[in-house]
Amino acid sequence: MPATRIYPSEITPESLYQKRRQLILGGAAFALAGSAIAASNSPQRGEKIPNILTSFTPPADKITAYDSVTTYGNFYEFGPDKDSPGKNAGKLRTRPWSISIEGEVKTPKTFALEEVLKWTALEERVYRLRCVEGWSAVVPWVGFPFRELLKHVELTGNAKYVEFWSLADPDQMPYVRLPLLDWPYVEALRLDEAMHPLTLLSVGMYGEVMPKQNGAPIRLVVPWKYGFKSAKSLVKIRFVEKQPKTAWMKAGPNEYGFYSNVNPDVAHPRWSQSTERRLGEFLKRPTLPFNGYAEQVASLYAGMDLRKNF
Amino acid sequence: MQPNSQQLSLLKSLLFCLALLPLGRLAFAAYQDDFGPNPVEFIQRWTGTWTINFLMLTLCITPLRGITQWHWLTRLRRMLGLFTFFYATLHFLSFIGFDHDFAVDAIARDVLKRPFVTVGFAAFVLMLPLALTSNAYAIRKMGGRRWQELHRNIYLISILGVLHYFWLVKATALIWPIAYAIGLSILLGWRINERRRKAIPVAKPSTAKPLRFFKQKPD
Repeated sequence: MPATRIYPSEITPESLYQKRRQLILGGAAFALAGSAIAASNSPQRGEKIPNILTSFTPPADKITAYDSVTTYGNFYEFGPDKDSPGKNAGKLRTRPWSISIEGEVKTPKTFALEEVLKWTALEERVYRLRCVEGWSAVVPWVGFPFRELLKHVELTGNAKYVEFWSLADPDQMPYVRLPLLDWPYVEALRLDEAMHPLTLLSVGMYGEVMPKQNGAPIRLVVPWKYGFKSAKSLVKIRFVEKQPKTAWMKAGPNEYGFYSNVNPDVAHPRWSQSTERRLGEFLKRPTLPFNGYAEQVASLYAGMDLRKNF
Repeated sequence: MQPNSQQLSLLKSLLFCLALLPLGRLAFAAYQDDFGPNPVEFIQRWTGTWTINFLMLTLCITPLRGITQWHWLTRLRRMLGLFTFFYATLHFLSFIGFDHDFAVDAIARDVLKRPFVTVGFAAFVLMLPLALTSNAYAIRKMGGRRWQELHRNIYLISILGVLHYFWLVKATALIWPIAYAIGLSILLGWRINERRRKAIPVAKPSTAKPLRFFKQKPD
């Protein structure tokens, strides 16, 4: 009899397996989450993250199917088509992983992912995601507010903007060899945008460790901006004084602006932004100003001409 | 090779069933309730791709007949042309329905604003009279020559179709429209060449004097 044989009695009933999350109680579980996230390399559904806080009120919208969000998206490092990330992201090595904090900080630091995961409790945030191309989704992210980072680094007075640098390793990301964009992919926010409580550093979704094609192991999520602002697979966060030129601004300066707030009234030069299509749905729905987060974020842009600062 | 009428009708039935396969793929997706993450994009790409595929197949008939001397191939052309129109109609319906909820003003605005939509729309409109006259009655009524002249619009339609494709894909996916453009140039190039070859040579009258454009020879 082979040693690997599993007796039927040993198989965990599915209902119990599903309840695992609720079963794991206690603070020690958080450290466990850290190791689970750092250790994940599985191409199948990710490892469950235990002890996720769920105090955030989700929108009334229906959550998009997991399969849609993991098989359809943009991650140009893995190819230019919507299905390329799902097909090609398997090569990404998410362990070991570290993020360096540079620029206008008193002391530049490099944090291992495991360390970052110990900073604070992870929480679930169900956000709408609106792609600049006109499709959208509703995703239950798992992460923590970006501003937690500021408890661990000290900024200089010159820090006005934050750059988010994605990994650009041609060995793991085949399309970085092609000049699709000016690699590495760099996105940026104004400091107050980054500090907004909605701005998330995300390490998982659907209660599980972040799939590689969605920006594992750690990515940015800014729900009121077009999806491309939320940089994936972050290796560097750099505080700067001047407004940076981001990857898409360089690729199409009249099509993609620095702010790129979701705005149904400002059309993309090649298409309207007034409607969007949810993944899995046939008919379009109206796009909301600031993707439905106007109440929380509109004040950040008081007095600004949003047509000019698109 | 010359199939008898029974073999030919069998061949036609077979071709008809094959031509329905792309529609079958859509029906299967509907049955499975799985059109993928972006159903409308899938339907539009699928119907668009098969429109241009059938258009290319239709344009293959004449060169193929010329090369093989299988004149019966012409008997398959109408069906291929009408299937082109059939998939174009599905493509057009998914555009006006899924993209614009059949709102005429929104459709008109889109047609005027986005060049690739303008070109695609023009190609579809040009296809309508061709589809409507694809029957023996219309040929009799119009007379062969006029009918043929009208149906030469297929060349313009095919160019517009490939242009439509070029204009809508992003720079990283240009390989496919380029492939279709090459295919189309071969198909149209063959026709131009044939025309030149078959043109009756006009004998150069030896007695004619050259026209004098200048009173004096220019330096």
